[in-house]
Amino acid sequence: MKTTYTPLMAVLTAAVLFTGAACSSSDSPEQATDPDEKVSLTYWTWAPNMDEVTAAWNAKNPNIQVTVNKQDGGDPAVTKLLTAIKAGSGAPDIMQAEYQKIPTLVSSDALADIAGEVGSVKDRFPAGTWNGVTLGSEAVYAVPQDSGPLMFFYRSDVFEKNGLQAPKTWDDYAAAAEKIHKANPKQYLGTFSATDAGLFTGLAQQAGASWWGVNGDAWSVKIDEPATRKVASYWGGLVEKGVIDNKPMYTPEWNAALNDGTQVGWVSAVWAPGVLEGSAKDTKGKWKAAAMPQWDAAAPKTGAWGGSAVGVTTQSKHKKQAAQFIAWLNSDPDALKLLATEANVYPAANDAAGVLTSPPAFFSDQPDFYAIAGEASKQLAPFTYGPNVNVAYSAFNDAFGKAAESKKAAAFTESLTTMQKTTVDDLKNTGFTVAG
Amino acid sequence: MSLITEAAPVEVATPKPPAPRRRKAGGTPYAFLAPALILFAAFLAAPIVYAGYLSLRKVKVSGLGLGSKARTEVWAGFDNYARSLSDPDFLPSVGRIGAYGLIVVPTMLGLALLFALLLDANRTRAGISRVARVSIFLPYAVPAVVASLLWGFLYLPRVSPITDAFEAVGLTAPNLLSSDLTLWAVANIAIWGGTGFNMIVIYTALKAVPSSLYESARIDGASELSIAWRIKIPIVMPSLVMTFVFSLIATLQVFAEPMTLRPLANTISTTWTPLMKVYRDAFARNDLYAAAATSVVIALATFILSFGFLKLVGRRAFDQED
Repeated sequence: MKTTYTPLMAVLTAAVLFTGAACSSSDSPEQATDPDEKVSLTYWTWAPNMDEVTAAWNAKNPNIQVTVNKQDGGDPAVTKLLTAIKAGSGAPDIMQAEYQKIPTLVSSDALADIAGEVGSVKDRFPAGTWNGVTLGSEAVYAVPQDSGPLMFFYRSDVFEKNGLQAPKTWDDYAAAAEKIHKANPKQYLGTFSATDAGLFTGLAQQAGASWWGVNGDAWSVKIDEPATRKVASYWGGLVEKGVIDNKPMYTPEWNAALNDGTQVGWVSAVWAPGVLEGSAKDTKGKWKAAAMPQWDAAAPKTGAWGGSAVGVTTQSKHKKQAAQFIAWLNSDPDALKLLATEANVYPAANDAAGVLTSPPAFFSDQPDFYAIAGEASKQLAPFTYGPNVNVAYSAFNDAFGKAAESKKAAAFTESLTTMQKTTVDDLKNTGFTVAG
Repeated sequence: MSLITEAAPVEVATPKPPAPRRRKAGGTPYAFLAPALILFAAFLAAPIVYAGYLSLRKVKVSGLGLGSKARTEVWAGFDNYARSLSDPDFLPSVGRIGAYGLIVVPTMLGLALLFALLLDANRTRAGISRVARVSIFLPYAVPAVVASLLWGFLYLPRVSPITDAFEAVGLTAPNLLSSDLTLWAVANIAIWGGTGFNMIVIYTALKAVPSSLYESARIDGASELSIAWRIKIPIVMPSLVMTFVFSLIATLQVFAEPMTLRPLANTISTTWTPLMKVYRDAFARNDLYAAAATSVVIALATFILSFGFLKLVGRRAFDQED
């Protein structure tokens, strides 16, 4: 019995392997040339109501019809895309990707270079943001869609009660955290979340870190460096003192704490109002937005948490039309307005300020909300992501999870050493040249 | 595995039927077998072989690794295995599921056996027994992810009614997601979800025992306790062995519970169990090759442990059926 089906199995297995091999060696698709050709494009995005935005485009461009395929979020969409690229088919024409994922996607040959098609919209974006889609090269791999400049959100009633002002510097923030926690031991001005590597990256960016860098033909990794160490030991110090919490964000517990007034501040980004509206709805009208606390108040800087760009995949047969669409989507004033109102994103384009006039609903009595956000996005410090951001982020989760649990400031800075080593080892192991 | 599931029936003292006369078979049996074999080959064997193949490959990057054709897949030999076994996170994760298994398996099977015996003890009151049976079995019908979310809420001190209950009587509730207790918290979910299934398996085996056996034992003056200990437990031994093997396999593959609880606490790392390490390598690090190597190691360990155990107890448990 056993001997009779083994050959069959072997044949089937071989067939599977050969199909896999045949697919992966397929060449880049040919470009369509006929300008009047009717094309339909698929677009993977997780922003809400994006089909409303594309409907406006479809109405004006009968020959280029875009269909939105809603994704669960940044991580699952990237995993799906990489699988499709590996399989040789199944990728969409147009893909939304967070800035930190772009190097990974480019290095997996998932995003096409569209410098020729969209190079002209470069001037409509802040230089720091544009750098994120070129990776410092001549190529352009995507067009920036939204950005997430860091801002500080706090309960103005609690600050008033304690006689505090919105913190201008990180020293102010530490003092405020201590005062609030002393006055009411149940209250914290914030928490250090070991599950949110993106926020920590933004904080490091603000302090002047840039974790990856290109050095000729080699990558450099600069995680365990003074700028990031300063940030890690600052937060470690606050956790060790016990004046801020050490539990992760985005848990049912954290939601409850925001809502019942035990978490009274949040270092977050421009999109925070949407989150607060969901988690802290009972506290509406009590929150205020402010610029980030600074390391050096004379030279204000900020980092980013979140934000994404839209690119054309290497499997698209209609690169030109797809590029046309994403240029319109992210720089045309009409589209920006739709992005802001329908999809609830904070557009990365310089013109964003023009379309965002009234504050978000949760901050309806703070008319200068978008003025603060606009100021913040101008202060974005440059930051380069590398090809293995996910490795660094999962190393962050593990190392800082332990550190936060131990409540020792020293453990926070030691965690950076672990992150640095894990990230460098991974690059070397994949065959990248690593400088320094 | 399908061989094992069918092993549940208990010995019945019927003489073996005479062996059927052998006929010369043409292609007919193979035609009947073909659908099963093709499905098996396409959806089980081929992916396993492919994983084995991937585990011997790796990607090499040239230069900055940007742009097309910067990545090529090359043979890696046993590099991936060496890397995955020497990964500083691998052994602790194995140790963790070892401890997890020591908590889960005896507790779960002990409870399952106890419940099965209790339900079987009063065969006459079928109504109560059915209600109890269904309610003990019910958690098994709850998907592991849902169960973990549910328990996650109960574990988080601020939103947990357990904390409220402790505080109501003036005590401080333990933080179940702190580093000392996480293992127990995860084990609890598995026990809660798995006891019912194992109980049904054991209970079904008990039901197959003819009542006359107990009647004669009672006439001989045996108490319910000694009937349970001397008759019932030995008779359901094959079921116990089977549920043990299933639990062993489930322990080696624990994934959904810690994965779902992970974002709620600092104490569960991305490599908390070996399968979580596979997941991290494949989907967070985009290194399918290392993930494949670790998977093969886990599969081999599962294979060796379950078959090793079956061989060890085989003579006692399964030979009874022949």
